Amino acid sequence: MRRFPTLPVALALLVVAAMLPFVMTGFRLFQFTQVFIYAIALLGLNILTGFNGQISLGHGAFYAVGAYTSAIMIDHWNVPFVLTLPVAGVLCLVVGFLFGIPALRLEGLYLALATFALALAIPQILKYFEHWTGGSQGIVLSKPDPPVFLRAADARVHLTPDQWLYFLTLAVLVVLFVLASNLLAGRTGRAIVAIRDNAIAAQAMGVNSALYKSLTFGVSAAYTGIAGALSAGAVAYVAPDTFNVFLSITLLVGIVIGGLASIPGALFGAFFIQFVPNWAQEISKAAPWAIYGIFLIVFMYVMPRGIAGSLRLAWARLGRARAGTPTGA
Amino acid sequence: MEIFFQQVVSGLATGGIYGSLALALVMIYQATDVVNYAQGEMAMFSTYLAWTMINAGLPYWLTFFATLVIAFVGGLVIERVIIRPVENAPILTIVIVCIGLLVILNSVAGWIYSYIQKPFPSPFSERPVRIGTVVFGAHDIGAIGVTLVVLAFLYVFFRFTTLGLAMRAAAQNPSSSRLCGIRVGWMLALGWGLAAMVGAVAGMMVAPKVFLDPNMMAGILIYAFASATLGGFTSPGGAVLGGLIVGVFENLVGTYVPFIGTELKLTVALALILIVLVVKPSGLFGRAAVHRV
Amino acid sequence: MSRTPLTLALLAVVALALGIPASAQTPGVTATEIKIGNTNPYSGPASAYGTIGKAEAAYFKKVNEEGGINGRKINFVTLDDGYSPPKAVEMVRRLVEQDQVLAVFQPLGTPTNSAIHKYMNQQKVPHLFLATGATKWGDPKNFPWTMGWQPTYQAEGKIYAAYILKNLPNAKVGILYQNDDYGKDYLKGFKDGLGDAAKKVIVMEQSYEVTDPTIDSQIVNLKNSGADVFFNVTIPKFAVQAIKKVHDIGWKPLHILNNVSASVGQVLKPAGVDASKDIITTQYLKDPTDPQWKNDQAYKDWLAFMKKYYPEGNTEDAFNVYGYTVAQTLVHVLKQCGNDLSRENVMKQAASIKDLSLPMLLPGIKINTSATDFYPIEQEQLAKFDGERWVLFGEIFDAGKK
Repeated sequence: MRRFPTLPVALALLVVAAMLPFVMTGFRLFQFTQVFIYAIALLGLNILTGFNGQISLGHGAFYAVGAYTSAIMIDHWNVPFVLTLPVAGVLCLVVGFLFGIPALRLEGLYLALATFALALAIPQILKYFEHWTGGSQGIVLSKPDPPVFLRAADARVHLTPDQWLYFLTLAVLVVLFVLASNLLAGRTGRAIVAIRDNAIAAQAMGVNSALYKSLTFGVSAAYTGIAGALSAGAVAYVAPDTFNVFLSITLLVGIVIGGLASIPGALFGAFFIQFVPNWAQEISKAAPWAIYGIFLIVFMYVMPRGIAGSLRLAWARLGRARAGTPTGA
Repeated sequence: MEIFFQQVVSGLATGGIYGSLALALVMIYQATDVVNYAQGEMAMFSTYLAWTMINAGLPYWLTFFATLVIAFVGGLVIERVIIRPVENAPILTIVIVCIGLLVILNSVAGWIYSYIQKPFPSPFSERPVRIGTVVFGAHDIGAIGVTLVVLAFLYVFFRFTTLGLAMRAAAQNPSSSRLCGIRVGWMLALGWGLAAMVGAVAGMMVAPKVFLDPNMMAGILIYAFASATLGGFTSPGGAVLGGLIVGVFENLVGTYVPFIGTELKLTVALALILIVLVVKPSGLFGRAAVHRV
Repeated sequence: MSRTPLTLALLAVVALALGIPASAQTPGVTATEIKIGNTNPYSGPASAYGTIGKAEAAYFKKVNEEGGINGRKINFVTLDDGYSPPKAVEMVRRLVEQDQVLAVFQPLGTPTNSAIHKYMNQQKVPHLFLATGATKWGDPKNFPWTMGWQPTYQAEGKIYAAYILKNLPNAKVGILYQNDDYGKDYLKGFKDGLGDAAKKVIVMEQSYEVTDPTIDSQIVNLKNSGADVFFNVTIPKFAVQAIKKVHDIGWKPLHILNNVSASVGQVLKPAGVDASKDIITTQYLKDPTDPQWKNDQAYKDWLAFMKKYYPEGNTEDAFNVYGYTVAQTLVHVLKQCGNDLSRENVMKQAASIKDLSLPMLLPGIKINTSATDFYPIEQEQLAKFDGERWVLFGEIFDAGKK
């Protein structure tokens, strides 16, 4: 089977993505920025659930922590937006790792429920620490401005805040995706996947299961936290009830629809969770979520391994057909 | 001291609600190895069907049992038609299908019945019961009673009937069960049907207290998960007991721990669950899963 | 040959020419239509409020069928935001940038509106008659394009505080409130109204989350605190439970219920008329389930409207009266604009409403705005439930007159 030409395709897509801000309206740009943000969050969740087999129904919590970290830093201490991103990432890395330690004792269903509990508690906790988080009123931010050299009157290139945010998000996306790709392709990645497939065998082979699982939790949380921080800039407003259980469930939907254990799957899933609810609204004003639910079920029937999974299958079949083997006919 | 008893009693009443839905969740899990996220919405929808019948003039107990039958058939059909195609897919795929079912049921209920809350009758007296200075509703006791009856029925069914044995076998070891001639597919469907029935009972017991609206079960589902987690997903009795514990604990914390008060009630309940899980991962009464290498 | 057809044709051309605006300066407006945008929670936890958007759409349909506004029909584009601020931002940006609406009317919810507040003012699009009782929408100096509509929660809280200070100076108040911006706003208004007396008067506060199944435990705690006044800041679903529980545990406080849950048919009757007797609230709209309006012409008109244009809507739901009345307010403003339907003029007209009386507002309550007063309705009246209807008493409180 011929290898899928990942690099050329990715580069081509990147070029297209870089050109979009100059032909799209601000509103569309906002939507695409949201897609990229979701993609980063989904990649985070996928690393944990898809590649490492630890089901998390609570990643909305890390998204919230990232968003609020950024919002609080901007609101209380006037930190420039770009600097809040790595801080959010590191904070979530630590929180995720710490959560991952007791989580080691929990299997499948119970881990899912423990993370679910975390996601449920977050809005209440955020409302409680009113002094920092603004309580249920939330924190209103201003959309981050592009740096001076991109907006001053005599600058060579002028970017609107929408365009700046888009490019920033795209850049972070590319960096994080490349990092993940390298991580998962190497020894660490193999160890992570080995733990998912057969934890006992992996341990017997010398993989420090506990350390890897906790670290994976941390990295996964960091990714989703950075996504959350970016969303604070894009939406320019954070409120506790936004980060409810439904967000965590939406993220889970995203990785399964996109394709578990797949890096491009994060991008497919992101497109799905961003745009399909809107399409459902177009189709039926009366019961749009019923349409969304039907979409979900049909998708799972037709592509039980997600979009990425089905594409992989299709590519494999194509390869066999090209090679002229009997099964390809 | 009287407030302590009052809060405990209130907690038991609320906990009974959580436990009854938790029972349905555990039932499906035991029968089919699937955590059905749509359990709450199925219960809600069954209750709406009951409401329609009552509004059309049918007497309460006739409606009650008719709803049980409809729920049973509904659960069965859902399993055979909607879950069957993905039975052998990865567990998360099935979870997504359940989530799809959840949003469909919620959306359709809202579309047909609108979102305004509707009162739902209770078969028990409306008058409050007083023992000393402690007050509780007759309905609260009745609801707990009904839940316990359902629990007893399930216990007897699974322990002492052939069908119950067949269902347990099909869930634990599908391949061997097939070899014994058990029709595993239909056993799963039966499991869903039974769980839907239990859910419908929960819905009809809950609705008189919290009023019927499409989002009625959303909050309760969360607590039901917490209860089942606490009690152990492998133990129906544990699930009900877990519910009662969560209900009481929540109330007592809200009353007696001043700096937490009511603004962190839910968080504390969840923290309790997490602590229990760390100490005993399979829940208070659950059996630890044994992985054969 | 008759000259009539030619004359008619010439007249038509002239009429058209006079009617065509320069659409570049008046987005959302053509010779035949006015496009108005809106977001509402048609799904999600707040979907009970979605009926407001539907009632408004129905009213605009009625207006269109009766000829429209100065010859133009209203194109009401309403989108679902699921009560989620990011979704609201997305939908409102779509309305403004893609659909090019003239104004965004009655977006619902405090968090959702908070998220789009700055954007609307930056884009200079009228952000009119928001469906929320928060106080921050009446700030013309900093946000000249945003205007609320209903009496604010804080103002209502102050009315109750004033009532208590005047009539029950030694009162001990227990408060049950929803743990979000709506509940907290009432709390703030109430506390501000009590001023220094707040610490002495308020003996206990209990909160609950919208996802909580019951509030029994909170009621028990409140009774136990020795409070003899119960300030009930809950949405209808929990208000019924609260009223019932208070009655069941034998607690007999002075029961003050927030206006949001003051519906006879939706809350008081299901909770039991005995339990609900003597409850106090404030009103500014006519409650459609209150028998005193049964033969009122305005009520009959509203009922006829519901039957014809929104038959699946609930005629016992006060939200449908709310949507009807606020839609009438917008129609009034648009009519006042005449042929100048620029965004600037729409804001100008919205800020110049003088003594507007609408049929389903309580008698004596009028809508007033000015360049410095962006609170259209500031009047409310106290009412007490006598077992059958809300009996209005006292004078009409006017939050505008300090």
